[in-house]
Amino acid sequence: MTTDQRARSIGVHLVLIAYSLLAVGPILLVVMNSFKVRSAIFGSPLAPPDASTFSLIGYEKVFRSSHILLYYSNSLIVTLVSMALVLLFGAMAAWALTEYRFRGSTALALFLSIGIMVPIRLGSVAILNMMRSAGLNDTLTALVLVYVAQGLPMSIFILSEFIQQIPKDLRDAARCDGVPETRIFFEVVAPLLRPAIATVAVFTIVPIWNDLWFPLILTSSDSTHTVTLGVQQFLGQYITDWNSVLAALSMAILPVVIIYVILSRQLIAGLTSGAVK
Amino acid sequence: MAEPVSHVTAQMPRAKLAGLLLFFLGPAVVIYTLFSIYPLVATMALSTYTSDPSGSRSFVGLANFRTLLGDALWSKPFWNALGNNLIFFIVHMCVQNPVGIALAGLLSLPGVRLKGFYRTVMFLPTMLSVVIVGFSWNLILSPLWGVASGALKAVGLGSLFAPWLGLESSALVTLSLISVWQFVGIPMMLIYAALLNIPEELIDAARVDGLGQFRIFFHIKLPLVLPTISLVSVLTFVANFNAFDLIYSVKGALAGPNFATDILGTFFYRTFFGNQLQLGNPTMGAAVATVMFFIILLGLCLYLFLVQRRIRRYAF
Repeated sequence: MTTDQRARSIGVHLVLIAYSLLAVGPILLVVMNSFKVRSAIFGSPLAPPDASTFSLIGYEKVFRSSHILLYYSNSLIVTLVSMALVLLFGAMAAWALTEYRFRGSTALALFLSIGIMVPIRLGSVAILNMMRSAGLNDTLTALVLVYVAQGLPMSIFILSEFIQQIPKDLRDAARCDGVPETRIFFEVVAPLLRPAIATVAVFTIVPIWNDLWFPLILTSSDSTHTVTLGVQQFLGQYITDWNSVLAALSMAILPVVIIYVILSRQLIAGLTSGAVK
Repeated sequence: MAEPVSHVTAQMPRAKLAGLLLFFLGPAVVIYTLFSIYPLVATMALSTYTSDPSGSRSFVGLANFRTLLGDALWSKPFWNALGNNLIFFIVHMCVQNPVGIALAGLLSLPGVRLKGFYRTVMFLPTMLSVVIVGFSWNLILSPLWGVASGALKAVGLGSLFAPWLGLESSALVTLSLISVWQFVGIPMMLIYAALLNIPEELIDAARVDGLGQFRIFFHIKLPLVLPTISLVSVLTFVANFNAFDLIYSVKGALAGPNFATDILGTFFYRTFFGNQLQLGNPTMGAAVATVMFFIILLGLCLYLFLVQRRIRRYAF
């Protein structure tokens, strides 16, 4: 490597390091200070907690004055059930749209793609009316139904691209052996879609976990709050109590960061695989 | 792909095909139609009604829209919100997308080490909830905590600090930049993926011709990823109308100071649900949602007819 190339390489890394710091700095700052006593939060915000400043008082307060574990389990239920249904129904529809030739298939694909471009939130007034008259108001079921409808168009789009990449011979060989279509889908095609799960997750599942709008509109009692809404309301109430606020923020951040770090290799591979172009 | 459908399925009997379609497409189409398309249509229908305090509804045609666009009590906040939405969008187009392209360009340079690490770190904020990001920045920029002012002082720019989120003149741009900070990962990843798909031979040919990395990027790579950049612009445009969560969690439903950060999302929420200043009005809310729908439609049509048609796609 010439000195010229080396200098340029160092320059590139400096820019990337600087931006990386900008990206994680604020998150790190909040999490770090959530483990400190109040005086240290204000006295030396940039210092990591040490033996004399370490404190879990914020976390104790969050556990005592909010149902944070309940919010977690609500979010987990809603996200996991929605994810399972979005993946299952999305893969089935994507399979039918790419594999079978039938009249109206283009029109149907266009109809399904409306949901990618038009935010479902614009129908909120009617959604709330519907849920009220169906007696589903303030239930997790209402959230799941809306999220599945919201996630399906994008997941069908992404999964169709994946299904097209599966070699045709594979399913035709099975067909010649007389294997029924449903078994071809569930036993031959579906297992091959595993790499697509990460891409679908980024575009449809993460927004579900992070959503504020629909919990705000469709759930009213504390027992159906999700983490995002529960923490948002907690922050509003305890805005002057910095220990609690920082602890509540960290408790919303940490699970997502941990899961992200574990799965980041697959997530990013899925994102850059070219399924979404 | 010369043959999109296999021979075997093409010869399938009609009844069998219908049964399969029902089985595979049924669940998705039913849920999507019931909870996504039907509410959109029903909301548009509702926007032509008005309800009195007793709850009975009567058809009023386009009167709600005349009120929304003609009555100063409604039209002033509406145009204010639309203008703010436009500023929010412009900041994203001018900051988020160029920064995303630049980061993707640096990451795709040959021989850069630790790529995986940088990508993971830079994409992290995108995974977090807007509520959490908004609130965290609220604390960081707060004069009470003094982290932002301290950081500026450390580099000798202490006098530049102001409570940006609290000032009418800077609150909206600050919020837009917080959103840019969070979502820059999406253009970065999509453009990075597109850059990786450019065939090596093209880049090698340019290098043999003596082009430097800088010119290779601007004259060869960038024109080839234009379709992705235009897709990112459309995603940015649509996301702009979803940007309710950030304003609501940092500024509340009233989008202060003095409605300086009010966008169509918060305006819709206030109209629909009401707040300290007014009662909720579902039919006017439906009218606001309908107008938002047509603005999105107009934007998408402009994109399809003006931009998409001029972009040439290169098949490798």
